[in-house]
Amino acid sequence: MKAVLLGRLQALRTAGRPVAVVTELGSGAQALVHDGGVEGELEIPADSLAQVRRQLATDTSGMLDGGLFLRAWNPSLRLVLVGAVHVSQALVPIARALGFGVTIVDPRTAFASTARFPDVALTTTWPDEALSALAPDSRTAVVTLTHDPKLDDPALRIALASDAFFIGALGSRRTHAARLERLRADGVADAALARIHAPVGLPLGGRRPAEIAVAIAAEIVQVLYAQPARADS
Amino acid sequence: MSVSGAPGTTDASDAIEIAAGWRRAGRQVALATVVRTWGSSPLPIGSQMVVDDAGVFAGSVSGGCVESAVIAEAREILRDGKPRLLTFGVSDERAWEVGLSCGGDIAIYVEPVT
Repeated sequence: MKAVLLGRLQALRTAGRPVAVVTELGSGAQALVHDGGVEGELEIPADSLAQVRRQLATDTSGMLDGGLFLRAWNPSLRLVLVGAVHVSQALVPIARALGFGVTIVDPRTAFASTARFPDVALTTTWPDEALSALAPDSRTAVVTLTHDPKLDDPALRIALASDAFFIGALGSRRTHAARLERLRADGVADAALARIHAPVGLPLGGRRPAEIAVAIAAEIVQVLYAQPARADS
Repeated sequence: MSVSGAPGTTDASDAIEIAAGWRRAGRQVALATVVRTWGSSPLPIGSQMVVDDAGVFAGSVSGGCVESAVIAEAREILRDGKPRLLTFGVSDERAWEVGLSCGGDIAIYVEPVT
């Protein structure tokens, strides 16, 4: 790799931009592919370029036709938790072990305190404002945990208008039915509402906060890998 | 992805950041990347390792199975400047030599940073 290309790769990754390094293994020629275009000495045929963009979108590295290899780089996985509650305390270390950067949103400063959440990014603005600022992307999961519609609903409205790959809400089926009614009355389309995983978490049967946290983390991982097929064997 | 592809974009332990840092410090640097796997290879496609001209390395391409062979090849590549595609597998004599006890076959592309 040319040092110039390496520098550009670093800059794009630092800026949080998805970028693919495409290498022709026979010649060693390389190019960077990102949303702003293609840079480098390698000319990528149109067919291959379309495939590069598809694989970059699903974060899938691997061989392409024509002896080309693609290494995809995407921004880190992020998890936004609405509610600085007990389940969140259990979920933070699990999510981190899974490679997620975690942000907790809760305007109730008694909950969102550094004493309860040392070393976690805390946001105490109102959830719709907080979610807008966090701008969830296709590598972001959003989970609401407060049980309080005043806090959960605004967060869900913003999340549903984003590319977040996972949107979950804690609460019983009955709670969720009422939630859907409210959001529908607020003008959220049914197709958007169908994106909400609720009650959030795989049905593992546990009730304790740590068990619920495991169930939520497991469902997020399941959805992450249920996205289009990956090249890894 | 490929957890290769759990790329923390600015993680200081990440091979790209390390390669750039070593380059800035004036070291010759080769980058090794897993480009293909067959069977139960230990690390996913996209996993990377950085090697300098003294054989100092960071990162991993196989969890320890073929690293020493890759380091030797990387130093050679830093001498002649030509990238190479290396393959290792249980059917490959070299894999036995280097102890690819993990099973599966693996192709690794090694290139100099120039």
